[in-house]
Amino acid sequence: MNGAHDMGGMQDMGPIGPEKNEPIFHAEWERRAFALFNATDVQWPYRRTQIELIPPADYLRMSYYEKWLAALVPILTKTGMVSAAEIESGKVLNGANTKWHVVTVAEVAGWILPVSASSEKITLATQFQVSQRVRARNLNPVGHTRLPRYVRGKLGTIERDGGIEELQDTDIQGLGPKQQHVYTVRFAARELWGEQTSPRDFVYADLWEGYLESA
Amino acid sequence: MTTTRRELLSAGLVAAGAAVSPSLASAQEHDHDHDHQDMPSDPALRAKALESLMVAKGLVDRAALDALVDTYEHKVGPRNGARVVARAWVDAEYKKRLLKNANAALAELGYRGPTLTVVENTAKIHNLVVCTLCSCYPWAVLGLPPVWYKSAAYRSRSVIDPRGVLREFGVTLADDVEVRVWDGTADLRYLVLPERPAGTQGLGEAELAALVTRDAMVGVAKVSVPREGAHA
Repeated sequence: MNGAHDMGGMQDMGPIGPEKNEPIFHAEWERRAFALFNATDVQWPYRRTQIELIPPADYLRMSYYEKWLAALVPILTKTGMVSAAEIESGKVLNGANTKWHVVTVAEVAGWILPVSASSEKITLATQFQVSQRVRARNLNPVGHTRLPRYVRGKLGTIERDGGIEELQDTDIQGLGPKQQHVYTVRFAARELWGEQTSPRDFVYADLWEGYLESA
Repeated sequence: MTTTRRELLSAGLVAAGAAVSPSLASAQEHDHDHDHQDMPSDPALRAKALESLMVAKGLVDRAALDALVDTYEHKVGPRNGARVVARAWVDAEYKKRLLKNANAALAELGYRGPTLTVVENTAKIHNLVVCTLCSCYPWAVLGLPPVWYKSAAYRSRSVIDPRGVLREFGVTLADDVEVRVWDGTADLRYLVLPERPAGTQGLGEAELAALVTRDAMVGVAKVSVPREGAHA
C-alpha cells in the first residue's frame, strides 16, 4: 500500500532531533504497550500490516507506541480473539481464549539465547546472480508489501543473495512462490534521486525475487 | 505537546474503527460521561484497559509481559553490540568471522542473532542503517531503537540525503567517502562496525567496548576517544 509508512525519500519532515540520554521507555504505559504487542500470537508482517492501516493523518501524528496500541485492537478483533463489544465494554463477554498461544516467561528468556543454525535447509534455484543488473518492478499493491516506493522501476545491482525467506505481501499474486530468495540490491543514489546527488552515495534494499526483473 | 481529549479519542480508535463494528466507531464519536465504558482514549488508560482485558481473556500471562519488559529494558542493549565491535577490533580472526557470518560470531559471545549482517566502516566507506518502512533494528545487539530512529524525519531523509542526516548528527564526510545506506526492508538486520579510533592501541577489549556507542553502530556517529580529563 502506498501509505504514509512508506517514507523513504519524503522531505520536509523536520529535524531528527535525537534526545540526549534517552530512556528506553518514556512512560510506564509504553512498557505495557511494548509487551502486549510482542505477546500477540501473530507474526510481524501481520502486526506491521495493522499499523499500516492506521489512516495517514493519524499515523503521522501518533507516537510510536500509540501506533502499537492502536494496532493492537484490530489484531485482537480481526483474529476473533476479542469482540468489538468486549473492546467497547472492557469486559469479557464471550469466554476465555482457547486458541491463542500464550507466551510464557521461559519462552521470553529463550528469545535472546543463541540458536543453532537450522539443519533443515531449504534449497531453491536462484533467478539472479551476484553483480547482475536488475530492475525493481513497478508494483503498487493495495495490501502489505516490503517493496518501498522509492526503488520501484529503478535499476540496481545484485549485491548478494540473502537466503530464502517467506514473502510477506498480503497479495502474492504474480510474485512467484511463497518461499523465495531475498537479494540485497545496490542502487546508485543518482538512479534513485537524480543527477544532483553525490555519485558516491548508494542505497541497499533487501528485495524478494518476485519484486525484481532482469535488466 | 497539547492534545485535546477528542484528538486522543480519534487517535486511539482509528485502527479499531476500520476493524470493528460500526457501533463501536459511532459509540466513540460522542464525548461525554455516562455509564457505558468506552475503551479509554488516554494511552495510559487504554494500555491498562487492553492489558486487563487480554489477561481476563487468557491471551497473555502478566509475568511473561513483565519478563518481556525486563529483557528489553535491562538484558539486551547496545552494550552487547559494543562487545562485539571491541572483539572485532582486537581479534582479526573474529572480525573476519563476524563480517562473513555475523550470527555465528554473535553466538560465540552468547548473543542471539537476528539474521544479521555487519558492515564495516573504513576511511573511504561510511555505512548508515535505516528502516524506511517501519522500525527494523537489531534488538539482540542494540536493544530497542531510540525515538529518532523511528521518526518520520530519519526514516524519510536517510535514503535521499544521508550526508545531510550525518551532518545533523555532527558527522561531516569528505566528498570522496562512499556512503552506503542499508534499508532493512526484509528480515535481514544490519550493524555497523565502526572504525577503531586512533590512539587506542594501549586499550584493552573492555575499555574499547566502553567507547563504542549505539549511534556509531547505527552509523550516525564515529567512535571517538574522550580527551584526557574530559568527561563523556
